[in-house]
Amino acid sequence: MSDIANVATGATVVALTNVHKSFGPLKVLDGVTFDVARGDVLCIIGRSGSGKSTALRCIDRFETIDSGEIVVCGRKVHDPALDLRALRQDVGIVFQSYNLFPHLTIEENITLAPTCVKGTSKAEAREQARAALAQVGLSDKIQHYPEQLSGGQQQRAAIARSLAMRPKVMLFDEVTSALDPELTGEVLKVIEGLAADGMTMVMVTHEMGFARSIADRVVFMHRGKVHEHGTAAVLTTPTTPELAQFLGTGL
Amino acid sequence: MKINLDFGAILERWPSFVSGAIMTLELAVIATVLGTAIGVLGAIARRSGHPVATRVAAFYVESIRNTPLLVQIFLVYFGLASLGVKFPAFTVAAAALTINVGAYTTEIIRAGFDAIPKAQIEAAEGLALSKPQIYWHVVMLPAIEKVYPALTSQFVLLMLASSVTSQISAEELTAVANYIQSDTYRAFETYILVAIAYVALSLVMRAGFYGLGLVMFPRRRRLGTPL
Repeated sequence: MSDIANVATGATVVALTNVHKSFGPLKVLDGVTFDVARGDVLCIIGRSGSGKSTALRCIDRFETIDSGEIVVCGRKVHDPALDLRALRQDVGIVFQSYNLFPHLTIEENITLAPTCVKGTSKAEAREQARAALAQVGLSDKIQHYPEQLSGGQQQRAAIARSLAMRPKVMLFDEVTSALDPELTGEVLKVIEGLAADGMTMVMVTHEMGFARSIADRVVFMHRGKVHEHGTAAVLTTPTTPELAQFLGTGL
Repeated sequence: MKINLDFGAILERWPSFVSGAIMTLELAVIATVLGTAIGVLGAIARRSGHPVATRVAAFYVESIRNTPLLVQIFLVYFGLASLGVKFPAFTVAAAALTINVGAYTTEIIRAGFDAIPKAQIEAAEGLALSKPQIYWHVVMLPAIEKVYPALTSQFVLLMLASSVTSQISAEELTAVANYIQSDTYRAFETYILVAIAYVALSLVMRAGFYGLGLVMFPRRRRLGTPL
Protein backbone atom coordinates (compact mmCIF):
# COMPACT_ATOMS: atom_id res chain seq x y z
CA MET A 1 0.00 0.00 0.00
CA SER A 2 2.54 2.55 1.13
CA ASP A 3 4.69 2.35 -1.98
CA ILE A 4 1.61 3.13 -4.02
CA ALA A 5 0.56 6.00 -1.82
CA ASN A 6 3.95 7.60 -2.19
CA VAL A 7 3.88 7.86 -5.95
CA ALA A 8 5.70 11.09 -6.71
CA THR A 9 4.07 13.95 -8.58
CA GLY A 10 4.40 13.39 -12.28
CA ALA A 11 4.60 9.63 -11.89
CA THR A 12 2.34 7.55 -14.10
CA VAL A 13 -0.86 6.53 -12.35
CA VAL A 14 -2.68 4.93 -15.25
CA ALA A 15 -0.98 3.35 -18.24
CA LEU A 16 -2.60 1.48 -21.11
CA THR A 17 -0.21 -0.25 -23.50
CA ASN A 18 -1.38 -1.72 -26.80
CA VAL A 19 -4.77 -2.76 -25.40
CA HIS A 20 -7.01 -4.89 -27.59
CA LYS A 21 -10.59 -5.77 -26.83
CA SER A 22 -13.38 -7.28 -28.91
CA PHE A 23 -17.02 -7.94 -28.18
CA GLY A 24 -17.51 -11.05 -30.31
CA PRO A 25 -16.59 -10.10 -33.87
CA LEU A 26 -16.66 -6.38 -33.06
CA LYS A 27 -13.22 -4.90 -32.43
CA VAL A 28 -13.72 -2.14 -29.86
CA LEU A 29 -10.17 -1.37 -28.78
CA ASP A 30 -7.51 -1.85 -31.41
CA GLY A 31 -4.13 -1.27 -29.83
CA VAL A 32 -4.93 1.58 -27.45
CA THR A 33 -1.98 3.21 -25.69
CA PHE A 34 -2.05 6.22 -23.39
CA ASP A 35 -1.06 7.13 -19.89
CA VAL A 36 -2.02 9.57 -17.17
CA ALA A 37 0.41 11.28 -14.85
CA ARG A 38 -0.36 11.96 -11.23
CA GLY A 39 -2.41 15.11 -10.82
CA ASP A 40 -3.31 15.27 -14.50
CA VAL A 41 -6.74 15.42 -16.09
CA LEU A 42 -7.09 13.29 -19.20
CA CYS A 43 -10.17 13.78 -21.35
CA ILE A 44 -11.16 11.02 -23.76
CA ILE A 45 -13.28 12.26 -26.61
CA GLY A 46 -14.66 10.70 -29.74
CA ARG A 47 -17.82 9.59 -31.52
CA SER A 48 -20.28 7.19 -29.94
CA GLY A 49 -18.97 3.70 -30.53
CA SER A 50 -15.36 4.80 -30.86
CA GLY A 51 -14.39 2.76 -27.79
CA LYS A 52 -13.84 5.57 -25.29
CA SER A 53 -16.20 4.28 -22.60
CA THR A 54 -14.85 0.78 -23.01
CA ALA A 55 -11.30 2.06 -22.60
CA LEU A 56 -12.34 3.83 -19.40
CA ARG A 57 -14.15 0.78 -18.03
CA CYS A 58 -11.08 -1.39 -18.69
CA ILE A 59 -9.11 0.79 -16.26
CA ASP A 60 -11.39 -0.32 -13.41
CA ARG A 61 -11.67 -3.79 -14.95
CA PHE A 62 -15.37 -3.59 -15.63
CA GLU A 63 -14.23 -5.05 -18.93
CA THR A 64 -11.42 -7.57 -19.30
CA ILE A 65 -9.04 -7.02 -22.15
CA ASP A 66 -7.94 -9.54 -24.78
CA SER A 67 -4.32 -8.45 -24.94
CA GLY A 68 -2.04 -5.63 -23.93
CA GLU A 69 -1.24 -4.19 -20.54
CA ILE A 70 -2.99 -1.88 -18.12
CA VAL A 71 -1.19 -0.69 -15.01
CA VAL A 72 -3.08 1.42 -12.47
CA CYS A 73 -1.42 2.69 -9.30
CA GLY A 74 1.23 0.04 -9.71
CA ARG A 75 -1.31 -2.80 -10.12
CA LYS A 76 -1.40 -4.98 -13.20
CA VAL A 77 -5.07 -4.76 -14.15
CA HIS A 78 -4.65 -7.26 -17.02
CA ASP A 79 -3.32 -9.89 -14.61
CA PRO A 80 -6.06 -12.45 -13.87
CA ALA A 81 -4.67 -12.73 -10.32
CA LEU A 82 -5.33 -9.01 -9.69
CA ASP A 83 -6.80 -8.11 -6.30
CA LEU A 84 -9.88 -6.49 -7.80
CA ARG A 85 -11.19 -4.94 -4.61
CA ALA A 86 -7.80 -3.41 -3.83
CA LEU A 87 -7.77 -1.86 -7.31
CA ARG A 88 -11.25 -0.44 -6.81
CA GLN A 89 -10.24 1.16 -3.52
CA ASP A 90 -7.64 3.11 -5.48
CA VAL A 91 -9.96 3.96 -8.35
CA GLY A 92 -13.23 5.87 -8.04
CA ILE A 93 -15.73 5.67 -10.87
CA VAL A 94 -18.79 7.82 -11.59
CA PHE A 95 -21.33 6.79 -14.20
CA GLN A 96 -23.68 8.61 -16.53
CA SER A 97 -26.73 7.32 -14.65
CA TYR A 98 -25.48 8.23 -11.12
CA ASN A 99 -26.49 4.82 -9.72
CA LEU A 100 -27.07 5.99 -6.18
CA PHE A 101 -28.64 3.30 -4.01
CA PRO A 102 -32.32 4.31 -3.89
CA HIS A 103 -33.16 2.78 -0.51
CA LEU A 104 -30.37 4.60 1.34
CA THR A 105 -30.15 8.26 2.32
CA ILE A 106 -27.37 10.30 0.75
CA GLU A 107 -25.41 9.93 3.98
CA GLU A 108 -25.88 6.14 3.97
CA ASN A 109 -24.92 6.00 0.30
CA ILE A 110 -21.63 7.68 1.16
CA THR A 111 -20.81 5.87 4.42
CA LEU A 112 -21.60 2.38 3.11
CA ALA A 113 -18.32 1.63 1.35
CA PRO A 114 -15.94 3.19 3.90
CA THR A 115 -17.56 1.27 6.78
CA CYS A 116 -17.89 -2.02 4.88
CA VAL A 117 -14.68 -2.02 2.93
CA LYS A 118 -12.23 0.01 4.99
CA GLY A 119 -13.66 -0.70 8.41
CA THR A 120 -14.03 3.01 9.12
CA SER A 121 -16.11 3.65 12.24
CA LYS A 122 -19.68 4.90 11.72
CA ALA A 123 -18.90 8.24 13.38
CA GLU A 124 -15.80 8.81 11.30
CA ALA A 125 -17.55 7.77 8.10
CA ARG A 126 -20.33 10.27 8.83
CA GLU A 127 -17.73 12.96 9.33
CA GLN A 128 -16.17 12.06 5.97
CA ALA A 129 -19.60 12.07 4.34
CA ARG A 130 -20.23 15.58 5.64
CA ALA A 131 -16.87 16.72 4.31
CA ALA A 132 -17.42 15.08 0.91
CA LEU A 133 -20.89 16.62 0.61
CA ALA A 134 -19.55 20.04 1.52
CA GLN A 135 -17.01 19.60 -1.26
CA VAL A 136 -19.78 19.05 -3.82
CA GLY A 137 -22.07 21.67 -2.30
CA LEU A 138 -24.77 19.35 -1.00
CA SER A 139 -24.45 19.67 2.77
CA ASP A 140 -28.18 20.35 3.17
CA LYS A 141 -29.18 17.12 1.39
CA ILE A 142 -27.41 14.68 3.69
CA GLN A 143 -30.61 13.11 5.05
CA HIS A 144 -32.47 13.08 1.74
CA TYR A 145 -33.15 10.06 -0.41
CA PRO A 146 -31.78 10.06 -3.97
CA GLU A 147 -35.20 10.40 -5.60
CA GLN A 148 -35.71 13.68 -3.73
CA LEU A 149 -32.73 15.19 -5.55
CA SER A 150 -32.39 16.63 -9.05
CA GLY A 151 -30.21 14.84 -11.59
CA GLY A 152 -27.34 17.25 -11.05
CA GLN A 153 -27.57 16.87 -7.30
CA GLN A 154 -27.67 13.09 -7.62
CA GLN A 155 -24.59 13.15 -9.79
CA ARG A 156 -22.75 15.36 -7.30
CA ALA A 157 -23.78 13.00 -4.51
CA ALA A 158 -22.40 10.11 -6.57
CA ILE A 159 -19.11 12.00 -6.90
CA ALA A 160 -19.08 12.56 -3.12
CA ARG A 161 -19.71 8.84 -2.60
CA SER A 162 -16.64 8.02 -4.68
CA LEU A 163 -14.52 10.70 -3.00
CA ALA A 164 -15.30 9.33 0.46
CA MET A 165 -13.26 6.25 -0.45
CA ARG A 166 -10.25 8.55 -0.94
CA PRO A 167 -9.36 7.20 -4.39
CA LYS A 168 -6.04 7.95 -6.03
CA VAL A 169 -7.64 8.37 -9.43
CA MET A 170 -11.18 9.20 -10.49
CA LEU A 171 -12.89 7.96 -13.63
CA PHE A 172 -15.87 9.83 -15.08
CA ASP A 173 -17.95 8.11 -17.72
CA GLU A 174 -20.01 10.76 -19.52
CA VAL A 175 -21.24 12.03 -16.19
CA THR A 176 -23.15 15.00 -17.59
CA SER A 177 -24.74 13.36 -20.64
CA ALA A 178 -28.11 12.94 -18.88
CA LEU A 179 -28.24 16.52 -17.59
CA ASP A 180 -29.51 19.83 -18.96
CA PRO A 181 -26.95 22.65 -19.44
CA GLU A 182 -27.60 24.24 -16.05
CA LEU A 183 -27.23 20.99 -14.12
CA THR A 184 -24.25 20.07 -16.28
CA GLY A 185 -22.63 23.31 -15.17
CA GLU A 186 -22.99 22.53 -11.47
CA VAL A 187 -21.46 19.08 -11.91
CA LEU A 188 -18.58 20.40 -14.01
CA LYS A 189 -17.87 23.00 -11.33
CA VAL A 190 -17.37 20.19 -8.83
CA ILE A 191 -15.01 18.41 -11.21
CA GLU A 192 -13.09 21.65 -11.73
CA GLY A 193 -12.67 21.89 -7.98
CA LEU A 194 -11.27 18.37 -7.87
CA ALA A 195 -8.81 19.21 -10.63
CA ALA A 196 -7.69 22.29 -8.70
CA ASP A 197 -7.11 20.06 -5.66
CA GLY A 198 -4.79 17.92 -7.77
CA MET A 199 -6.98 14.84 -8.22
CA THR A 200 -5.87 12.56 -11.03
CA MET A 201 -8.80 12.13 -13.37
CA VAL A 202 -9.77 10.36 -16.56
CA MET A 203 -12.99 11.51 -18.09
CA VAL A 204 -14.98 10.51 -21.09
CA THR A 205 -16.89 13.59 -22.14
CA HIS A 206 -18.79 15.30 -24.92
CA GLU A 207 -18.35 18.71 -23.27
CA MET A 208 -15.69 20.11 -25.59
CA GLY A 209 -15.58 23.55 -24.01
CA PHE A 210 -15.04 21.99 -20.63
CA ALA A 211 -12.37 19.63 -21.95
CA ARG A 212 -10.59 22.57 -23.51
CA SER A 213 -10.46 24.41 -20.19
CA ILE A 214 -9.68 21.54 -17.83
CA ALA A 215 -7.74 18.86 -19.73
CA ASP A 216 -3.99 18.49 -19.34
CA ARG A 217 -4.10 15.81 -21.99
CA VAL A 218 -6.69 14.90 -24.61
CA VAL A 219 -7.12 11.54 -26.29
CA PHE A 220 -9.27 11.45 -29.42
CA MET A 221 -10.46 7.94 -30.12
CA HIS A 222 -11.55 6.86 -33.56
CA ARG A 223 -12.47 3.31 -34.60
CA GLY A 224 -10.92 1.75 -31.51
CA LYS A 225 -7.62 3.55 -31.85
CA VAL A 226 -6.06 6.61 -30.28
CA HIS A 227 -6.26 8.75 -33.37
CA GLU A 228 -4.87 11.91 -31.88
CA HIS A 229 -3.22 12.58 -28.55
CA GLY A 230 -1.93 15.82 -27.12
CA THR A 231 -2.59 18.76 -24.87
CA ALA A 232 -5.90 20.63 -24.82
CA ALA A 233 -4.52 22.61 -27.77
CA VAL A 234 -5.50 19.78 -30.14
CA LEU A 235 -9.10 20.79 -29.49
CA THR A 236 -8.40 24.20 -30.97
CA THR A 237 -5.95 23.18 -33.66
CA PRO A 238 -6.55 19.55 -34.55
CA THR A 239 -3.91 17.92 -36.72
CA THR A 240 -6.02 15.13 -38.20
CA PRO A 241 -9.02 15.67 -40.49
CA GLU A 242 -11.07 13.19 -38.39
CA LEU A 243 -10.68 15.23 -35.22
CA ALA A 244 -11.33 18.45 -37.13
CA GLN A 245 -14.53 16.94 -38.51
CA PHE A 246 -15.53 15.62 -35.06
CA LEU A 247 -15.06 19.06 -33.56
CA GLY A 248 -16.96 20.63 -36.42
CA THR A 249 -14.06 22.95 -37.21
CA GLY A 250 -13.00 21.24 -40.43
CA LEU A 251 -14.38 21.57 -43.95
CA MET B 1 -87.20 -23.23 3.51
CA LYS B 2 -85.79 -22.18 6.78
CA ILE B 3 -82.21 -22.29 7.92
CA ASN B 4 -81.94 -23.10 11.54
CA LEU B 5 -78.71 -21.78 12.97
CA ASP B 6 -77.72 -22.45 16.54
CA PHE B 7 -74.29 -21.29 17.65
CA GLY B 8 -74.83 -21.94 21.36
CA ALA B 9 -73.11 -25.31 21.63
CA ILE B 10 -70.25 -24.11 19.45
CA LEU B 11 -69.60 -20.83 21.18
CA GLU B 12 -69.23 -22.74 24.43
CA ARG B 13 -66.15 -24.31 22.88
CA TRP B 14 -64.46 -20.97 22.20
CA PRO B 15 -61.24 -21.85 24.06
CA SER B 16 -60.64 -24.65 21.55
CA PHE B 17 -61.18 -22.24 18.66
CA VAL B 18 -58.73 -19.81 20.17
CA SER B 19 -56.04 -22.43 20.70
CA GLY B 20 -56.58 -23.67 17.12
CA ALA B 21 -56.30 -20.15 15.75
CA ILE B 22 -53.12 -19.60 17.73
CA MET B 23 -51.58 -22.76 16.31
CA THR B 24 -52.54 -21.69 12.78
CA LEU B 25 -50.85 -18.36 13.36
CA GLU B 26 -47.79 -20.08 14.81
CA LEU B 27 -47.52 -22.33 11.77
CA ALA B 28 -47.83 -19.29 9.50
CA VAL B 29 -45.20 -17.29 11.36
CA ILE B 30 -42.70 -20.16 11.48
CA ALA B 31 -43.15 -20.97 7.80
CA THR B 32 -42.96 -17.28 6.86
CA VAL B 33 -39.71 -16.69 8.72
CA LEU B 34 -37.98 -19.92 7.67
CA GLY B 35 -39.52 -19.78 4.19
CA THR B 36 -38.09 -16.29 3.66
CA ALA B 37 -34.65 -17.55 4.67
CA ILE B 38 -34.95 -20.49 2.26
CA GLY B 39 -36.27 -18.17 -0.43
CA VAL B 40 -33.31 -15.82 -0.16
CA LEU B 41 -30.79 -18.66 -0.22
CA GLY B 42 -32.69 -20.44 -3.00
CA ALA B 43 -32.82 -17.30 -5.11
CA ILE B 44 -29.10 -16.69 -4.63
CA ALA B 45 -28.41 -20.32 -5.57
CA ARG B 46 -30.60 -20.10 -8.71
CA ARG B 47 -28.78 -16.98 -9.83
CA SER B 48 -25.31 -18.09 -8.80
CA GLY B 49 -24.40 -19.71 -12.10
CA HIS B 50 -22.86 -22.53 -10.10
CA PRO B 51 -23.88 -25.67 -12.00
CA VAL B 52 -24.75 -27.78 -8.94
CA ALA B 53 -26.35 -25.04 -6.81
CA THR B 54 -28.47 -23.81 -9.73
CA ARG B 55 -29.77 -27.30 -10.52
CA VAL B 56 -30.45 -28.25 -6.91
CA ALA B 57 -32.44 -25.05 -6.43
CA ALA B 58 -34.33 -25.52 -9.69
CA PHE B 59 -35.15 -29.14 -8.82
CA TYR B 60 -36.45 -28.08 -5.40
CA VAL B 61 -38.60 -25.29 -6.78
CA GLU B 62 -40.08 -27.32 -9.63
CA SER B 63 -40.80 -30.43 -7.56
CA ILE B 64 -42.65 -28.36 -4.94
CA ARG B 65 -44.53 -26.19 -7.41
CA ASN B 66 -45.77 -29.21 -9.35
CA THR B 67 -47.09 -31.37 -6.50
CA PRO B 68 -50.05 -30.80 -4.16
CA LEU B 69 -49.39 -29.48 -0.67
CA LEU B 70 -51.32 -32.38 0.89
CA VAL B 71 -49.09 -34.90 -0.84
CA GLN B 72 -46.00 -32.99 0.35
CA ILE B 73 -47.31 -33.07 3.91
CA PHE B 74 -47.88 -36.83 3.70
CA LEU B 75 -44.42 -37.35 2.23
CA VAL B 76 -42.81 -35.53 5.14
CA TYR B 77 -45.09 -37.23 7.68
CA PHE B 78 -44.71 -40.80 6.43
CA GLY B 79 -41.16 -40.25 5.25
CA LEU B 80 -40.03 -39.37 8.76
CA ALA B 81 -42.11 -42.21 10.20
CA SER B 82 -40.48 -44.75 7.87
CA LEU B 83 -37.09 -43.59 9.13
CA GLY B 84 -38.32 -44.53 12.58
CA VAL B 85 -38.38 -40.91 13.72
CA LYS B 86 -41.52 -39.76 15.45
CA PHE B 87 -42.14 -36.01 15.55
CA PRO B 88 -45.19 -34.22 16.90
CA ALA B 89 -47.76 -33.37 14.22
CA PHE B 90 -47.07 -29.67 14.74
CA THR B 91 -43.39 -30.07 13.90
CA VAL B 92 -44.17 -32.07 10.79
CA ALA B 93 -46.78 -29.53 9.71
CA ALA B 94 -44.38 -26.61 10.24
CA ALA B 95 -41.63 -28.41 8.32
CA ALA B 96 -43.88 -29.28 5.38
CA LEU B 97 -45.32 -25.77 5.14
CA THR B 98 -41.83 -24.26 5.31
CA ILE B 99 -40.57 -26.51 2.53
CA ASN B 100 -43.62 -25.63 0.46
CA VAL B 101 -43.55 -21.87 0.86
CA GLY B 102 -39.76 -21.78 0.54
CA ALA B 103 -40.08 -22.85 -3.09
CA TYR B 104 -42.60 -20.15 -3.98
CA THR B 105 -40.59 -17.59 -2.04
CA THR B 106 -37.46 -18.57 -3.96
CA GLU B 107 -39.17 -17.68 -7.22
CA ILE B 108 -40.64 -14.42 -5.93
CA ILE B 109 -37.35 -13.22 -4.45
CA ARG B 110 -35.48 -14.29 -7.56
CA ALA B 111 -37.76 -12.02 -9.56
CA GLY B 112 -36.92 -9.24 -7.11
CA PHE B 113 -33.18 -9.82 -7.52
CA ASP B 114 -33.55 -9.85 -11.30
CA ALA B 115 -35.35 -6.50 -11.14
CA ILE B 116 -32.32 -4.73 -9.64
CA PRO B 117 -30.56 -2.83 -12.45
CA LYS B 118 -27.11 -4.14 -13.29
CA ALA B 119 -25.82 -0.58 -12.96
CA GLN B 120 -26.59 -0.66 -9.23
CA ILE B 121 -24.35 -3.68 -8.83
CA GLU B 122 -21.62 -2.09 -10.95
CA ALA B 123 -21.70 1.01 -8.77
CA ALA B 124 -21.31 -1.17 -5.69
CA GLU B 125 -18.47 -3.13 -7.29
CA GLY B 126 -16.82 0.15 -8.20
CA LEU B 127 -16.85 1.02 -4.48
CA ALA B 128 -14.93 -2.20 -3.77
CA LEU B 129 -17.80 -3.92 -1.95
CA SER B 130 -17.55 -7.71 -1.85
CA LYS B 131 -20.20 -9.94 -3.41
CA PRO B 132 -21.86 -10.81 -0.07
CA GLN B 133 -21.79 -7.13 0.93
CA ILE B 134 -23.44 -6.19 -2.37
CA TYR B 135 -26.19 -8.77 -1.88
CA TRP B 136 -26.76 -7.68 1.70
CA HIS B 137 -26.53 -3.89 1.45
CA VAL B 138 -27.41 -3.05 -2.14
CA VAL B 139 -29.56 -5.80 -3.62
CA MET B 140 -31.54 -7.41 -0.80
CA LEU B 141 -33.76 -4.64 0.49
CA PRO B 142 -34.71 -3.03 -2.84
CA ALA B 143 -35.35 -6.52 -4.26
CA ILE B 144 -37.67 -7.45 -1.40
CA GLU B 145 -39.33 -4.05 -1.63
CA LYS B 146 -40.13 -4.65 -5.29
CA VAL B 147 -41.83 -7.99 -4.59
CA TYR B 148 -43.19 -7.24 -1.12
CA PRO B 149 -46.89 -7.33 -2.11
CA ALA B 150 -46.42 -10.65 -3.93
CA LEU B 151 -44.44 -12.03 -1.03
CA THR B 152 -46.93 -11.08 1.66
CA SER B 153 -49.92 -12.42 -0.25
CA GLN B 154 -48.00 -15.68 -0.69
CA PHE B 155 -47.61 -15.89 3.08
CA VAL B 156 -51.30 -15.17 3.71
CA LEU B 157 -52.10 -17.87 1.16
CA LEU B 158 -49.83 -20.20 3.10
CA MET B 159 -51.67 -19.45 6.34
CA LEU B 160 -54.95 -20.38 4.66
CA ALA B 161 -53.40 -23.49 3.13
CA SER B 162 -52.19 -24.61 6.56
CA SER B 163 -55.74 -25.92 7.09
CA VAL B 164 -54.62 -28.94 5.09
CA THR B 165 -52.35 -29.98 7.94
CA SER B 166 -55.51 -30.99 9.82
CA GLN B 167 -55.11 -34.18 7.79
CA ILE B 168 -52.15 -35.20 9.94
CA SER B 169 -53.93 -34.07 13.11
CA ALA B 170 -51.97 -30.90 13.72
CA GLU B 171 -54.39 -29.20 16.10
CA GLU B 172 -54.83 -26.01 14.14
CA LEU B 173 -58.02 -24.16 13.45
CA THR B 174 -59.54 -26.50 10.86
CA ALA B 175 -58.69 -29.64 12.86
CA VAL B 176 -60.33 -28.09 15.92
CA ALA B 177 -63.39 -27.31 13.82
CA ASN B 178 -63.54 -30.89 12.61
CA TYR B 179 -63.64 -32.17 16.18
CA ILE B 180 -66.24 -29.66 17.26
CA GLN B 181 -68.63 -30.29 14.42
CA SER B 182 -68.46 -34.04 14.93
CA ASP B 183 -69.19 -33.52 18.63
CA THR B 184 -71.98 -31.02 18.21
CA TYR B 185 -73.45 -32.01 14.82
CA ARG B 186 -73.50 -28.29 14.04
CA ALA B 187 -71.28 -28.46 10.98
CA PHE B 188 -72.54 -25.40 9.09
CA GLU B 189 -72.32 -23.12 12.13
CA THR B 190 -68.86 -24.45 12.95
CA TYR B 191 -67.45 -23.70 9.53
CA ILE B 192 -69.10 -20.28 9.40
CA LEU B 193 -67.18 -19.42 12.56
CA VAL B 194 -64.01 -20.94 11.20
CA ALA B 195 -64.29 -18.91 8.00
CA ILE B 196 -64.69 -15.74 10.05
CA ALA B 197 -61.69 -16.73 12.14
CA TYR B 198 -59.56 -17.18 9.00
CA VAL B 199 -60.60 -13.78 7.75
CA ALA B 200 -59.56 -12.33 11.10
CA LEU B 201 -56.20 -14.11 10.93
CA SER B 202 -55.65 -12.80 7.39
CA LEU B 203 -56.31 -9.28 8.60
CA VAL B 204 -53.90 -9.78 11.49
CA MET B 205 -51.21 -10.96 9.09
CA ARG B 206 -51.80 -8.12 6.64
CA ALA B 207 -51.60 -5.61 9.46
CA GLY B 208 -48.38 -7.27 10.61
CA PHE B 209 -46.85 -7.07 7.14
CA TYR B 210 -47.88 -3.43 6.82
CA GLY B 211 -46.13 -2.66 10.13
CA LEU B 212 -43.08 -4.68 9.11
CA GLY B 213 -42.99 -2.76 5.83
CA LEU B 214 -42.90 0.53 7.72
CA VAL B 215 -39.87 -0.69 9.65
CA MET B 216 -38.10 -2.35 6.72
CA PHE B 217 -38.58 0.40 4.16
CA PRO B 218 -37.97 3.71 5.94
CA ARG B 219 -37.69 5.49 2.60
CA ARG B 220 -41.28 4.64 1.70
CA ARG B 221 -42.40 5.76 5.13
CA ARG B 222 -40.55 9.07 4.74
CA LEU B 223 -41.88 9.69 1.26
CA GLY B 224 -45.40 8.75 2.27
CA THR B 225 -45.72 5.68 0.06
CA PRO B 226 -45.70 2.74 2.49
CA LEU B 227 -46.24 -0.75 1.11
